[in-house]
Amino acid sequence: MKYLTEYRDPALARSLVERILRVATHRWTLMEVCGGQTHTIVKQGIDEVLADAVEMIHGPGCPVCVTPLEQIDRALHLAARPDVIFTSFGDMLRVPGSRCDLFQIKARGGNVRVVYSPLDALELARGNPDKEVVFFAVGFETTAPANAMAVWRAKQEGVSNFSVLVSHVTVPPAMVAILESPDTRVQGFLAAGHVCTVMGWEEYEPLAGRYQVPIVVTGFEPLDILEGIWMAVRQLEEGRHEVENQYVRSVRREGNRPAQELVSRVFQVVDRGWRGIGVIPASGLGLRPELAAFDAERKFALQSIRAEEPAACRAGDVLRGRMKPFECPAFGTECTPAYPLGAPMVSSEGACAAYYNFGRFRRSAAGD
Amino acid sequence: MCLGIPGRIVEMRNEGGLPMGVVDFGGVRREVCLAYVADEVSVGDYAVVHVGFAISKVDEDEARRTYDVLREMGELNDLGWIRDVAEAAASVEVPREQGGASPREAAPELPGADS
Repeated sequence: MKYLTEYRDPALARSLVERILRVATHRWTLMEVCGGQTHTIVKQGIDEVLADAVEMIHGPGCPVCVTPLEQIDRALHLAARPDVIFTSFGDMLRVPGSRCDLFQIKARGGNVRVVYSPLDALELARGNPDKEVVFFAVGFETTAPANAMAVWRAKQEGVSNFSVLVSHVTVPPAMVAILESPDTRVQGFLAAGHVCTVMGWEEYEPLAGRYQVPIVVTGFEPLDILEGIWMAVRQLEEGRHEVENQYVRSVRREGNRPAQELVSRVFQVVDRGWRGIGVIPASGLGLRPELAAFDAERKFALQSIRAEEPAACRAGDVLRGRMKPFECPAFGTECTPAYPLGAPMVSSEGACAAYYNFGRFRRSAAGD
Repeated sequence: MCLGIPGRIVEMRNEGGLPMGVVDFGGVRREVCLAYVADEVSVGDYAVVHVGFAISKVDEDEARRTYDVLREMGELNDLGWIRDVAEAAASVEVPREQGGASPREAAPELPGADS
């Protein structure tokens, strides 16, 4: 077993599709809150073959897409400083700020470097003591342990020229915001397998009960997603609303305790703005006050940089499932992956980019 | 963003108090921080790796069990008419300027092809 190809078997996928279509007496509305799942669903056409049984709404599952414009502008400001080496995961480089993106800053001579791991950014700081190395710490709970470790090691080793620009978000508060919005149509969730690998699923149990929605912790391969949908549809058909775990090979109920411990030593829960959605209370992570020396926002006094999101981008409506990407007037015309107006068109995991790249320019006869 | 790839741990060591190792992803080897799984893994185990950090040990029994359940399901089903459904959905005309995938092309892809 290598745990990849087994979960991509086309014949097994067909039999799962058949099961879902056979068991569904209604057209149920499910939301996935993970950009990786969105990408697979649209790429493989899972939503199209299941159109009679489920409508898939693509939730705010891409940290790149929900990073507020303000934080992008702050990153751009730092990256343009001659004394700074600005480090980031590759996904963030093309996200448009108010005036440009990180790639353009790099093209103009800014020292912008893509790193694979946050520990690589720390290594750059060790090797360049005459420069300030800033790491753009974005991501969901999945990425928080890695980013927390970089800060923790910097503190232990006294690497004083290292800091992080934090824009961490957490999934459950976004699910609550969606469930609380008056026009929500979501009847069940696929929860993100790697977020739950770190956090477990205990915090989802009260949500399933309070809002009477099935929540299925789901993996990323086509068969994982189909099985997750099948489990959610079965719950809906049986009138159940529980947390179930499809991604058993990676996720345990309690999650990864050592990872959670370091995350809570380094970060604390803060209110966080989500691009296109606005501020969601207690939906993000920020550095603890005792680690303020590693907080780029304080170190470089960035709080004064503010930004307003462009009105033409309807990312908020797409991320909340009120609108399909192709229903946005700017989709595919004013806004394309080459010239994106908003982040969902930039990241390969953004709903708009997925629709654009896989040719979904209008509602298909299958009902989208 | 939360992409996690399963790989096999081929080397473990301690680097200044930090558990590190080398993980093999189908032939491609990378340095990986093992701090969050150090108590439960040994060389030869599979781990899910995200941005250079192992975040879980792959439970091989569960992986096999999930797959077996799926396979049994597949064996119980008559697959005949579902192909028609899949092909009908795939034949719906949508512009495919980017040469996108359709359900007919639900082919395996290489690990790490998604970003």
